Amino acid sequence: MRAMLTVAGITLREAGRRRILLAALVCGAAFVALFAIGFHHILKGMPAHVARNLLERRMVLTFFTLAGLYATNFLAIMTAVLLPVDTVSGEIASGVMQTLASKPVRRSEILLGKWLAFVSIAIGYLALLAGGVLLTARLEGGALPPRLELGLPLMALEVCVLVTLSILGGTRFGTVTSGVVVFGLYGLAFIGSWVEQIGTIAGNEAARTIGTVASLIMPSEAMWQLAAHHMQPPLMSQLQMTPFSPASVPSPAMVMWAAGYVVVALVAALVQFSRRSL
Amino acid sequence: MTERVIETHQLRKRYGTKLAVADLSLSVGRGEVFGFLGPNGAGKTTSLKMLLGLTRPSSGSGRVLGTQLGDRATRARIGFLPEHFRFHEWLTGRELLSFHGRLYGLGGVRLRDRVEELLVTVDLLEAAERQLREYSKGMLQRIGLAQALLSDPELVFLDEPTSGLDPLGRRLVRDLIRELRRRGTTVFLNSHLLGEVEATCDRVVFLKRGRTVRQLALADAPVGLDVELRVGAVDEALAGLAQFGSGVTVDGDRLRLRVTDIERLPEIATYLVNRGVPLYGMQAMRPSLESVFLEVMGEDGRPG
Repeated sequence: MRAMLTVAGITLREAGRRRILLAALVCGAAFVALFAIGFHHILKGMPAHVARNLLERRMVLTFFTLAGLYATNFLAIMTAVLLPVDTVSGEIASGVMQTLASKPVRRSEILLGKWLAFVSIAIGYLALLAGGVLLTARLEGGALPPRLELGLPLMALEVCVLVTLSILGGTRFGTVTSGVVVFGLYGLAFIGSWVEQIGTIAGNEAARTIGTVASLIMPSEAMWQLAAHHMQPPLMSQLQMTPFSPASVPSPAMVMWAAGYVVVALVAALVQFSRRSL
Repeated sequence: MTERVIETHQLRKRYGTKLAVADLSLSVGRGEVFGFLGPNGAGKTTSLKMLLGLTRPSSGSGRVLGTQLGDRATRARIGFLPEHFRFHEWLTGRELLSFHGRLYGLGGVRLRDRVEELLVTVDLLEAAERQLREYSKGMLQRIGLAQALLSDPELVFLDEPTSGLDPLGRRLVRDLIRELRRRGTTVFLNSHLLGEVEATCDRVVFLKRGRTVRQLALADAPVGLDVELRVGAVDEALAGLAQFGSGVTVDGDRLRLRVTDIERLPEIATYLVNRGVPLYGMQAMRPSLESVFLEVMGEDGRPG
């Protein structure tokens, strides 16, 4: 336990020193600033009849806030994959890992320490960006999307899935291969989800099945869809008024699946890493 | 019999179709400074990794400090300096030692004192607050060495400890190894600098194509002595010399041969005098480790 926290501590400091986190923070800050300016101007330029109709006003603002959260989601995913992608493979290649693993610590403690650190960073990053978006919505528009307490944890779970997969990849493959595999899976889930939405609208059962299978292989996009579904007024979601209103809402069982997915991927990473020749 | 600190029997490591180590069978006693020799690609680093538990052997058995290879609790009694030591370069020397000390379970004043002590030992006290990125190769190697000694280990594995060191740094390492020996620490030294091994090790083992082919105690020259004779009548002298030793060669008025032990020397002198060969000089020396190395490796031991 103590060794795990020691490793987590140094991993946090290591990540803090790296340019990639700084770059992510700069991009994140630029994005929040851009969002705030955009939000401000949308409010200002809103036609009088929309601004007067509270429901319509709320719809427009919620849509824009969801767009902001969607971008947040994307940036957090990039960070969740790229930040830990070389933590295992890179340290094995540089020889740092051999020094660590020859100490009286379990390999699982090393890996869990790293996982803990990167999950904290990725969720922290998500919270920072989402916080910026929501603060803007609250201060400028005076309203927040509904059921954030359901939506935000789902986004965090999605980030967890990606961090864990990225670390699992590093225990088996080199850095680049691992990055390609994880983004490939993310792409698969993304396309699968759209096939599912279009299939649902068109009443095509095969397309829906494809989407469900893609979500089972990689449940990341399903978590965003479900989060987006929660974070909009039911009317908006039911009428499928925006690209963020899923026609086919992932079932709550998918949340259990995603949580189990994290556990299984983490256990696989632990097994793979403890067997690996360093 | 002294306690065996490392004992392995036919350890083998295969990566896919490549056999990295075919047969590692060795025995190292407590307090020994043990040299591990072999050309590049002979499997030295893989062997070391098996002993440290970083790599699992494909077959064979081995014990280190009386426990299975890679035993976690035992690792607290082992120090390891990898070849070309590297670590997060933004850490200062002192932070690096504190971090590794915590992994050994040290903490508080004990850790602080130990870190200071080791910084002095490896002569890096003045550079302790500098980041590793500012360290020279030699300084990195020295801080790596300090990191290997944090837990006051009973057994230390050093993989090419003097690689990248200047003569002063090499001397520091040699002195440190002697100090470890004095304190009864067992040192397992993987080095390709034969002169250095010769100067520090009690015993060596040769690894050839993944097999331990020969163990040799350096102190009692078990391979014999190289004898050089300066004589007046070379042809006359040559005639019966082969009965005393092997590898007789002629170089002007000098004859060289290898004898098994020092008792052959008076016998050779008597033989030559009896045959009336003028004997101007006779010198016997232990063969250098380099010559033994080349002999052991033979034609197969081409550098990798």
